[in-house]
Amino acid sequence: MASASTAAVLPRSGSAPWLLSAPALLLFLGLLVIPLALTAVLSFHSFDGTRGVLPDLTGRNYLEVFSDPYYHEIFLRTAGLALAVTLLSVLFGVPETIILSRMKAPWRGIFLIVILGPLLVSVVVRTLGWAILMGNNGLINAALQALGLTDEPVRLLFTMTGVVIALTHVLMPFMVISVWASLQKLDPQVENAGQSFGASPFTVFRRVILPQILPGILSGGIIVFALAASAFATPAILGGRRLKVVATAAYDEFLSTLNWPLGASIAVLLLIANVIVIAGFNRYLERRYRQVFES
Amino acid sequence: MTFLQLDQLGKTFGDFRAVESLSLHVERGEFVSLLGPSGCGKTTTLQMVAGFVEPTRGRILLNGTDITATRPEKRGMGVVFQSYALFPHMTVADNIGFGLEMRGMPRAERLRRIEETIELVRLPGLGKRYPKELSGGQRQRVAVARALAVRPEVLLLDEPMSNLDAKLREDMHVELRGIQRHLGITTILVTHDQVEAMTMSDRIAVMHGGRIVQLATPYEAYERPDSAFASTFLGKTNVLRGTVEARNARCCEVRVGDALLHVPHEARDFAREVNVYVRPEKVRLAPADAGSGVAGTVRTRLFLGNHWLIEVDSALGPVRVSHPNIGPVPPAEGDAVAVQWHDDDLRILDTEAIHG
Repeated sequence: MASASTAAVLPRSGSAPWLLSAPALLLFLGLLVIPLALTAVLSFHSFDGTRGVLPDLTGRNYLEVFSDPYYHEIFLRTAGLALAVTLLSVLFGVPETIILSRMKAPWRGIFLIVILGPLLVSVVVRTLGWAILMGNNGLINAALQALGLTDEPVRLLFTMTGVVIALTHVLMPFMVISVWASLQKLDPQVENAGQSFGASPFTVFRRVILPQILPGILSGGIIVFALAASAFATPAILGGRRLKVVATAAYDEFLSTLNWPLGASIAVLLLIANVIVIAGFNRYLERRYRQVFES
Repeated sequence: MTFLQLDQLGKTFGDFRAVESLSLHVERGEFVSLLGPSGCGKTTTLQMVAGFVEPTRGRILLNGTDITATRPEKRGMGVVFQSYALFPHMTVADNIGFGLEMRGMPRAERLRRIEETIELVRLPGLGKRYPKELSGGQRQRVAVARALAVRPEVLLLDEPMSNLDAKLREDMHVELRGIQRHLGITTILVTHDQVEAMTMSDRIAVMHGGRIVQLATPYEAYERPDSAFASTFLGKTNVLRGTVEARNARCCEVRVGDALLHVPHEARDFAREVNVYVRPEKVRLAPADAGSGVAGTVRTRLFLGNHWLIEVDSALGPVRVSHPNIGPVPPAEGDAVAVQWHDDDLRILDTEAIHG
């Protein structure tokens, strides 16, 4: 009797689970693992201006990226961009989510759609929209000048500032969704509890609310960081030709210089850097906030 | 002397009047329960006392000071929430010490107070655990400890036992009452559980439709309910509908069906149409041929351990009898019996009071 019930609870062995997940696995294998492996292999080939890609094995491409200050700058710029976007999305996204979670019935849904809106618009359209807004004669500068806040137009287009603003705008929803999920798990009475024991609203936020939604903020941060670090269209359009990030640099090697192996090695390095940052951070998080995560 | 005074307190949410002109005086060290069904305004009242909900009218006075507009963090109340609302990211000790820290108590003294409180609620050795590592009963104790640690002016309990199983709940009633007496803390309990209210309170405020319909000691409230609502909500009762036929100095003669009941009127006036109440435990079963009481037939007989619950179809209508589990097994279903009571155990109220 007891053994029969135990057997029923155990996961079924056999081919069924494999068969059921086969379509997804094949898709994953064909569209992600194989191209990624081919890119990795490609990055070890050398390239000749006249003969194209040569079928040898060499670490020269990596050596070039590591030794050339030009690439150092691009990687540092990308890291800075991703960090700035992440910090800004925390700074704006967390209060935004808290306000959102306190809204009443119709408004909450409306504003949630407003916040998620950027994700529903094509990246090219959205970015061109920003370009129009940010231009020297664009709406933002016109408004700033009309208000007398500045005499000369503020340069936004083709600057890091512009790229950071536009990326923060589109990546904010990921932060909001992540913080939203952790806010939903909060006992609505803990805030009252904190207050009844003599904590001011600010102290309640700092000591009671924030520690409980921190895992949500941090995991939202990971998503935003990863997407910002590998963003392509926004830096390409708003950053212009000179303000390169890793993704646009790899693109240029592939399509302008036609040096595929070098482009591949840049792409692989971006992937590795991203994985290291995310995995390392994630591990730190899980250790640090074990208590909150396992509830 | 009145310690906590609620003066014509009212709260309206839109069109809904949650609490209507509620006045209550609580003495220092007294334990008062707000008892009523859900939606009767008891939780709203508690939240107004705690400061989480702003009253639309009326005043709250604590020790003579008007605290109606005081922020919750300045009121010095200790609240035990229904969900406990423990801080999941803090250890038991940090949870209990939170209020002390907010009051700026020095660390050494704080640790001593935490230890003392952990002892008081009998949770020794669990100070370093996190709330999720505790059982429901232990979490409840932590919530109580957290509220008691700050030595609050008033302890507010918001349905604190509703997440505990029945056995644990009974133990906690006795224990919490003991702690409350020991510390002499003025306490307000909100509950829908009449047993809880009766075991723990000095006085019970029975609430219905945003008002206090009766405020009395548990014994008074149970024995002399002054509304139909109070008499049916507090314990079980048989309701017999009848008409007053005569009245003398002590009794009303009330005709219920074919029978004439003598009900003490306690010098109160009644309309012609009345309800007569009798508690199931005050009704006794007698043999059908006893020659006294009202004849009837046993319809259902349920064994509940310490007593039998018997429903008798009588000439007065169905009568529930709570028969103590003493002596032989009571008559079976279908047997002819008679039901008896002392006239003094009958209560009388106007029929219109059934809605109020």
